[in-house]
Amino acid sequence: MSAEITTPVDPTPVDPTPVDPTLVGTTATVAERGGVRVPWRFIGGRAAFYLFTAWAAITINFFLPRMMKGDAVDAYMARSQGQLPPEAEKALRALFGLDKSVPLWQQYFDYWGRLLHGDLGLSISTGMAPVGQAIASALPWTLGLVGVATVISFVVGTVLGAVIGWRRGGRLDALVPITTFMGTVPYFWLGLIFIAIFSTLLGWFPAGHAYEVGVDPGWNTAFVSEVVSHAALPVITIVIASIGGWVLGMRNMMLTVLDEDYITVAQAKGMPNRRVLWRYAARNAVLPQIQSFALALGFIVGGTIVMEMVFSYPGIGLLLLSATNAKDYALMQGIFLVLVLAVLIANILADIAYAILDPRTRQTEA
Amino acid sequence: MTAPVMTAPASESEAAKSKKTFWTQLSASMAMFSNRKSAAGLIILGVFILVAIFAPLIAPYDPTEQNLDATLQAPSFQHLLGTTHIGEDVFSQIVYGTRGVLVVGFLATIMATVVAVVVGVTAGYLRGWKSESLSALSNVFLVIPGLPLMIIIASQFADPPLWIIAAVLGLTGWAWGARVLRAQTMSLRNRDFIQAARANGEPLHRIILVEMLPNLMALIASSFVGTMTAAVLGLTTLAFIGVIPVSNLNWGTILFWAQQNSAFPDYWWWYVPAGLCIAFVGVALALINFGIDEYVNPRLRSAGERARAMKKKGLNVNDAVTAVRTADDEESQA
Repeated sequence: MSAEITTPVDPTPVDPTPVDPTLVGTTATVAERGGVRVPWRFIGGRAAFYLFTAWAAITINFFLPRMMKGDAVDAYMARSQGQLPPEAEKALRALFGLDKSVPLWQQYFDYWGRLLHGDLGLSISTGMAPVGQAIASALPWTLGLVGVATVISFVVGTVLGAVIGWRRGGRLDALVPITTFMGTVPYFWLGLIFIAIFSTLLGWFPAGHAYEVGVDPGWNTAFVSEVVSHAALPVITIVIASIGGWVLGMRNMMLTVLDEDYITVAQAKGMPNRRVLWRYAARNAVLPQIQSFALALGFIVGGTIVMEMVFSYPGIGLLLLSATNAKDYALMQGIFLVLVLAVLIANILADIAYAILDPRTRQTEA
Repeated sequence: MTAPVMTAPASESEAAKSKKTFWTQLSASMAMFSNRKSAAGLIILGVFILVAIFAPLIAPYDPTEQNLDATLQAPSFQHLLGTTHIGEDVFSQIVYGTRGVLVVGFLATIMATVVAVVVGVTAGYLRGWKSESLSALSNVFLVIPGLPLMIIIASQFADPPLWIIAAVLGLTGWAWGARVLRAQTMSLRNRDFIQAARANGEPLHRIILVEMLPNLMALIASSFVGTMTAAVLGLTTLAFIGVIPVSNLNWGTILFWAQQNSAFPDYWWWYVPAGLCIAFVGVALALINFGIDEYVNPRLRSAGERARAMKKKGLNVNDAVTAVRTADDEESQA
């Protein structure tokens, strides 16, 4: 299509006349002239805000498990079935900071003190191992799974949505209901169906776990290929289940943006269609997508709890489930903390990206 | 199902055409359901609602009635969707399970949407610490992983009542909509027509209700539908994990028992229908959302039609300037 353009017109006036109307122009002109400047004041303000959010979330994390009936020590004593002397209960309570004679606010400050030293406590359900250690061994699996799946889903879905929106009224419109349908199927059900079809019936993928028992973990090709083949089916499941939202969101925003006057102007100037599509329409239509990126990440992290159960994947979700069943407070709190921090970091990144891409938000927020 | 929805706004708006009140606005906003996509979605949802209401009449068996003579049977005329490992009729379980899913889903969604709109629009319109503290509130709720929270609260009760499950799903579900609405309101706040309204001295409630809300309808609607989808998914997921007591029969419970008794992959009639039902409800909600979107944002509706109309004339919608040069156009299409 762009072959018809004979005289390419530069979008930005490189050589402005002395009386440049854009000097008094819009916020977009200001931003354009400043280049992609990092808005430090904005980031500082947001950082303070996120610190508050982290504090609130950690505080809630402290109180939530203590609202439960029965606690870790009760559960542990019950499991040992009288083999431990009653004095052991007191010692355990002191060890876990669950001593009922200690007032709640004291427990709270002790909790913070240990947290700031990087001490997340001991995990009862994994044989008194440090919680940090248990999480550290599970976290990379979840991060890899969720990270890869989310990035693939976001990029592919957004690009697909942009193209569908651009070729509106075309044959590609049929993709929207299909991806939407796949998005309404529960993750875990899709996972179970895929296991049934692709591993049990067809034998294309292994049915679960991160790697086979016999393989030595390490940076060798055998192990890496093993990990990739085991992660393929969960990743495919998450991508298929989550791509519909990105496609639909992007397509709808594209249809809105493509009707804007600046698109008409850009085309009237004879700008190549490719540039109009990606730099003018998609660039603006992607803003709401970025807004929902961090949110979707939190949602998907929650969804992996079930996915990992279905695939017996040794990630943080599986760990959380066993911790909850064993009423392992320390481990639950640690996992909560990690999930909270992950979502917060994702929010910060999305905010920064949004501020760079949308000058309006940056201006009023700074 | 759709007939009253489609005719009601027309008659109402004619009666009160002379004066523009809140009620005429409301009836006019009901018109968003009078298109084919929304109608299709409402019909599907209506069928599920009818099934939920008349479950005892539709289900041929008691959902928990055991029949050890007919275990793990494939679908037949006696058991439309076969039987489970202890001879329960899967079709009856699906029918009764619709109740649990819809009641909890609607309760949770209504709670979540009301909170999302109030918090989101207020936080978006206000400035300074008020906006930031409301945003902080929604962010705190956003970062709390919904599923673990649900697990913790559910374990407080031996048999959590439906409204508690709904409340927790709503509690964890409103933050998304509030944040998206806040962002959009913040963006709207700086647009010219809002500035003009403020300069004209329009009162705050008029700016929010008349100037902003119509521009937020798409987001509110998609937030409602998204929350409902999430609530249905959340409920079935929790039931599948086994957190919700199995006495709360819903589609997730069926999948829980299927997974527990290794129904995968052989006994497809046990696990396929429940998952498809969840998907159908989701599709119905998505269709309603498509319709609402196209009503609120006519560009979504007209863009495809216009493009197809232009294509019929041999024009390409994306070649705004060169459209007159028909020969080139046909070339570029090929």
